[in-house]
Amino acid sequence: MSEKPKLAVYWGASCGGCEIALLDLHEKLLDLDAAMDFVFCPCLLDSKKKDLEAFSDGSIAVTLFNGALRTEENVEMAHLLRRKSKLLVAFGSCATGGGVPALANFTSREALLTTIYRDNPSVDNPQGIIPQYSTAVAEGMLLLTPLLARVKHLAREVAVDYFVPGCPPEPHQIWRVIETLLSGELPSAGSTIGCGELTVCDECQRTKEEKRITAFRRNYEFYPEPTVCLLEQGLLCMGIATRSGCGAPCTTANMPCTGCYGAPDGEDDQGAKMVAALGSVMDIGDTAHLSEDAIAEKVAAFLESIPDYAGQFYKYTLARSLLGGRAGR
Amino acid sequence: MTAESCFEPKIIGFLCNWCSYAGADKAGGMQVAYPPNVHIIRVMCSGRVDPQFILSAFAKGADGVVILACHPGECHYKEGNCRALQRHRMLVLLLEPFGIAAERCRLDYVSAGEGAKYRRVITEMVESVRKLGPLAVACGE
Repeated sequence: MSEKPKLAVYWGASCGGCEIALLDLHEKLLDLDAAMDFVFCPCLLDSKKKDLEAFSDGSIAVTLFNGALRTEENVEMAHLLRRKSKLLVAFGSCATGGGVPALANFTSREALLTTIYRDNPSVDNPQGIIPQYSTAVAEGMLLLTPLLARVKHLAREVAVDYFVPGCPPEPHQIWRVIETLLSGELPSAGSTIGCGELTVCDECQRTKEEKRITAFRRNYEFYPEPTVCLLEQGLLCMGIATRSGCGAPCTTANMPCTGCYGAPDGEDDQGAKMVAALGSVMDIGDTAHLSEDAIAEKVAAFLESIPDYAGQFYKYTLARSLLGGRAGR
Repeated sequence: MTAESCFEPKIIGFLCNWCSYAGADKAGGMQVAYPPNVHIIRVMCSGRVDPQFILSAFAKGADGVVILACHPGECHYKEGNCRALQRHRMLVLLLEPFGIAAERCRLDYVSAGEGAKYRRVITEMVESVRKLGPLAVACGE
């Protein structure tokens, strides 16, 4: 019987990218295998829920939980893994902030299902069939796990020891996290680890000067100059409102940061921080002789070029944002 | 009594120290009556109003938020009110998919001498939010 500490990796509502990022440890995987007993991971190992249930409570040293909570099954597994694990780590953007699945919180569960199964232009569903949680067939009852009313991030449901951001987390940061957790010198509970404390701009090598943006532009409109700050070129690069730690691979590849490491240390809401930052660098031109209404119109016209600020600014953090999603009455 | 007539909107007002707060004071000095629904927070400049403050207000139960700034060109810090305007307009667009109507987040200009305008803006704000009804944000679910 192995004496090595046990490692589990589980996915909620996720794409599998976090597991791929773990595999991107490459030869370090052998070191991981030498240091830990990889006991549960439906994506990579032939391990089932009953195997997990068979472990005694608290016997898994570390669980890396990726994905958001979209279904009741996700919630059940979150509770089970919490019970079985000494350290439960929210791993990746979906587990830390809801990620892309949480963008569904801008609409209702019912509207989501009708859009996906009935109204999308590419859907061929003349009978308008929408999946049901239980369906009677000749052989008996078919059951599907119900969707939650809203997508949650892991900490909304269970106590989380550490948060590791990233979509996916960068492999060099994953290794740092594993080393830290194995070292016995644990960071303070509830902290965000495997990342930096500043913003992506701090790691981005581009030349940055006084920011005065005369128009917001989108990726498809032009090929950005490769050495100058992307924000200064009018792209809504989210590096200014995003936690550092990734090493700025996107801006290095001439793509704007989309914000996957979440809000910087000490900030609650990535979308609000983007609004704060962009509001102070917009240059709408001379307004000295304009009426108040004319100035307001100029600002409104400036902002028209971007169709969906909320979707862009909360791409990874809507579930954990201050408002959480669409308000009711 | 209908639900609507029972509803008293809770509104947070961010007022700049140099113009709008003095404008509110002026309204008080003039002894004009206006609805008591706006809870005033004095800030040094409308440019100091971090959009997180506004989202926090909504998250903690405000039905509306009003930001009152100096008129364009009259900011004590030159361009704080321009920043507030630009942020506000973007924030209104950001709030739309959250189902938070533009009327719930208003920016207007009130100078130190405009007690009457202060009363008008506050009265309009309270009445428009009263029509919209209470706001229930999703956070915490």
